[in-house]
Amino acid sequence: MAVSLRTDGAGAADAPALGLLELFRVILERDLRVGLRRWSDASNSALFFILVVTLFPLALSPRADVLRTLAPGVLWIAALLATLLSLHLLFRADLEDGTLEQLLTLPYPLGWMLLAKTIAHWIITGIPVVVMAPILAITYHLPLNALTVLTFSLLLGTPTLSLLGSIGAALTAGLRGAGVLLVFIVAPLMLPVLILGARATDLALSGEDPTGPLYLLGALLVLAISLAPIVAAGAIRVSAD
Amino acid sequence: MWTWFFRLASPPHFYALAGKLSSWLLIPALALLAIGAWGGLVLAPPDYQQGDAFRIIYVHVPSAYLSMMIYVTMALAGAIGLIWRIKIAHAVAASCAPIGASFTFAALVTGAVWGKPMWGTYWEWDPRLTSELILLFLYFGYMGLRGAFEDLNQADRASAILAVAGVANVPIIHFSVVWWASLHQGPTLSKLEAPSISGDMLWPLLTMILAFTLFFLGILAMRVRGEVLAREFQARWAQDVLRSATPEGAN
Repeated sequence: MAVSLRTDGAGAADAPALGLLELFRVILERDLRVGLRRWSDASNSALFFILVVTLFPLALSPRADVLRTLAPGVLWIAALLATLLSLHLLFRADLEDGTLEQLLTLPYPLGWMLLAKTIAHWIITGIPVVVMAPILAITYHLPLNALTVLTFSLLLGTPTLSLLGSIGAALTAGLRGAGVLLVFIVAPLMLPVLILGARATDLALSGEDPTGPLYLLGALLVLAISLAPIVAAGAIRVSAD
Repeated sequence: MWTWFFRLASPPHFYALAGKLSSWLLIPALALLAIGAWGGLVLAPPDYQQGDAFRIIYVHVPSAYLSMMIYVTMALAGAIGLIWRIKIAHAVAASCAPIGASFTFAALVTGAVWGKPMWGTYWEWDPRLTSELILLFLYFGYMGLRGAFEDLNQADRASAILAVAGVANVPIIHFSVVWWASLHQGPTLSKLEAPSISGDMLWPLLTMILAFTLFFLGILAMRVRGEVLAREFQARWAQDVLRSATPEGAN
């Protein structure tokens, strides 16, 4: 699938033929196309999200006041679990069919390319979660202002989860049956996002100002965008050995 | 000028040095441990609020301090191994993990035992206890990742990357947990340390911290020795060591 990237033949020696933004777009488009063709993989994380959210009222209580107080935590935990569940797909197929090795030989920064791949992964697995969340939140009787904050916090937080996850996915890409290990590695790193996201929604629910945690979520996203791909690139070089 | 440094990185030299170091470190460690325990358990007066229960501080605080210090050591060793490709550094990082996890576990258990008389409960979602628990998960993740690779070189580099990424995250995790707890915490007695600690309570604590640190370094030297030997067992010097250690006739 990386054929389109190698149109310049033995181009490694000359100047890169694509600009960085162009390269980003090519990889993003390619990954989105591949991801959407593997439709079941992509829809699994959204379905899992819905399933987990459905379990809580059954196990705890269907009463509106109980559900309302549970909603921020439940929806955020479900989003975190859905992200964790989808992570093993991030680099596995590309490592197996050799796409990653092709990327490694390109004269472009690897971290940049991994950032494009991770964002494509977030669009396929994260956006459905962000879209589903407000709909599910209505079934939890969440008022409108908390609903907006919830959606916004997920919009800011789930890309950070995917980026942190890309480190773990890169570290375990070459390992067979590393699913649980991947969760173990990545989940502790994701805790700040979970705390901030759930707390922002909770503050909105109790009528307080949620901008503080939202700003912090934004700061974490910026940190993750700038640092996580570099770390993931180092990890991919180890896994591709 | 730098020759000592390069010598340090050579496995046989390191093996011999670590052997000497471990006994130089462990003997003073045990002596200080005895002095500190005597000072803490016998000489120090009971606390006016906590009575004798505060004495667990002499195990709890050094363990908690080491649990974090060892994680940083592990990440530093991993980073040195990554950057300068020094195998010994990876062996040090690998040896740190189980020791660090043990001290984290000790800090959690002593914290829980202390919590019962002080808070009336074994577990409180106190920010420090929670951070410590997350630290234990970080250690488990590190050891799990290291164990999952068959290739030693890959295991070294992958786990070093994880340790470095973890260390960068620890302040963020700690901050967010403290912030979380400050919003959540009910009326609990979360002040672990007395605001000012009197001298006859303090010196045994400092002695114990020093003793625990020396103990860690001594154990680390022993573990690294084993690790180096296991990694280099095909090298001639390692074969010589192993042959001299095994009884006659057994290989």
